[in-house]
Amino acid sequence: MEKPVSNRAWLLVLPVVAIVAFNAIIPLMTVVNYSVQDTFGNNQFFWNGVGWYKELLDPSTDLGGRFFAALGRNVAFSLIILAIEVPLGILVALCMPKQGPAVAATLVVLALPLLVPWNVVGTIWQIFARSDIGLLGWTLNHLGIDYNYTAGFFSAWFTIIVMDVWHWTSLIALLCYAGLKSIPEAFYQAARIDGASRMSVFRWIELPKLNRVLLIGVLLRFMDSFMIYTEPFVVTGGGPGNSTTMVSIDLVKIALGQFDLGKAAAMSIVYNLIILATCWVFYTVMTSSDSSRKEGAP
Amino acid sequence: MTRRLILIAYIVFLLLPIYWLVNMSFKTNTEITTTMSIVPIAPTLKNYAEIFTNPTWYGGFRFSLTYVVLNTLISIGVALPAAYAFSRYHFLGDKHLFFWLLTNRMAPPAVFALPFFNLYSAVGLFNTSWAVALAHCIFNVPLAVWILEGFMSGVPREIDETAYIDGYSFPRFFIRIFLPLIASGVGVAAFFCFMFSWVELLFARTLTNNQSISSIMTRTVSAAGIDWGLLSAAGVLTLVPGVLVIWFVRNYIAKGFALGRV
Repeated sequence: MEKPVSNRAWLLVLPVVAIVAFNAIIPLMTVVNYSVQDTFGNNQFFWNGVGWYKELLDPSTDLGGRFFAALGRNVAFSLIILAIEVPLGILVALCMPKQGPAVAATLVVLALPLLVPWNVVGTIWQIFARSDIGLLGWTLNHLGIDYNYTAGFFSAWFTIIVMDVWHWTSLIALLCYAGLKSIPEAFYQAARIDGASRMSVFRWIELPKLNRVLLIGVLLRFMDSFMIYTEPFVVTGGGPGNSTTMVSIDLVKIALGQFDLGKAAAMSIVYNLIILATCWVFYTVMTSSDSSRKEGAP
Repeated sequence: MTRRLILIAYIVFLLLPIYWLVNMSFKTNTEITTTMSIVPIAPTLKNYAEIFTNPTWYGGFRFSLTYVVLNTLISIGVALPAAYAFSRYHFLGDKHLFFWLLTNRMAPPAVFALPFFNLYSAVGLFNTSWAVALAHCIFNVPLAVWILEGFMSGVPREIDETAYIDGYSFPRFFIRIFLPLIASGVGVAAFFCFMFSWVELLFARTLTNNQSISSIMTRTVSAAGIDWGLLSAAGVLTLVPGVLVIWFVRNYIAKGFALGRV
């Protein structure tokens, strides 16, 4: 059944538009405004045109080099955690009990890391991974592995990746669990009659059903890891050196640390445009899979 | 059997760091820095006593809970009619509007931190719980619309039409008939608003003068080093509201994460 056309529906969305516009459009205009100006303090601003953008997008300059390095690290981080969290999440979802009292308990435990304030996630891992007082760090060092996340490049990356896996794999697992639960028992019975192997049941029955929820999961995980700030900030502070400085951390350093408003604003705009473009790709894929489902395609 | 082992291994991985935090919170700082033990050797409640008797600490918890609750109420309040519009009607620019909302859920808080500081100082809300509550709307309102739209689309439109034929006005229909039908969706959306507002740090820190619990936690770092025991105890207490709300929505969590679209 097609939805009726009614432009009066705009009245219903008006409050949402008002509140989000207040929060999004005014600040964004401030950012645009800063990005084309330079300041020498005292609230004196000078027109700088696209100067900051030119500097930002040219990797040979100081600012550009810094931006591209942070961007590279952030993309690498996002891809690594997706490569671990998606398969692990699916695996955990497949292992979850289907009924009985264990279901509720498992769900609550799985959702637990998601409800931990992000700075506390950092604190937990800081305490857990420290080589002097943390269980993980202490154990690794006593096994003869040189592990210290404040000093070593690999230790720092290992820590923030394991931390993110700890924090967010549950999201993928819960999404997949919801997807798996919507598969009718008859599908599995049919597969059993056909003598399908466990692998082909997964490939031809479960995976197609997970398609949609995985898309949402990958979207949320990619976006949130691409703008990650708090957790690595608390644990490593972006170090050692700059080795775990993600785009958001660098941005806050420039904006609130050095108060270089023009540079930070230009960086914000480019950062936002990248996110907007990625979002659009996901949204298009998602809505097209929506409409194909409504038309009765598999 | 393998399945159960994998699940248990994963749960141990989830709980071990949390256990370590709880363990630390019952130790004194001397014990933390000098000995390595799986359970506290001389358990103490000193760290918790400090939090419950110091107004800065419990005030921080109260402040944070205030803006979280305010934000949840505002988000759900404005998202309900909007989600209904998206799920029931086509209107000029609806797809673009929906996409624009979605992009705000994805916008990096780091981009908005400084302009929000300017904006909320300009309107005189800086350092109030309203500032943080309104600022968190930028990601929670789109999310609430998204989740509620999914749940509402699961309710057949015939119900609306029958109600209108029976002479119900829109507000009466919405409150008396429609809301009870999507009650679980409202619960899930409220849960998510609560969750994302509770876990956020950057806005809460930028828009207040060290009032939210997350910024007060940074005070445990001083020239004398970090007060690990106190930091752990505060960390443990921040887990409590989360555990409570999870328990209420445990049966709907999975569907909620799929934004009602399973």
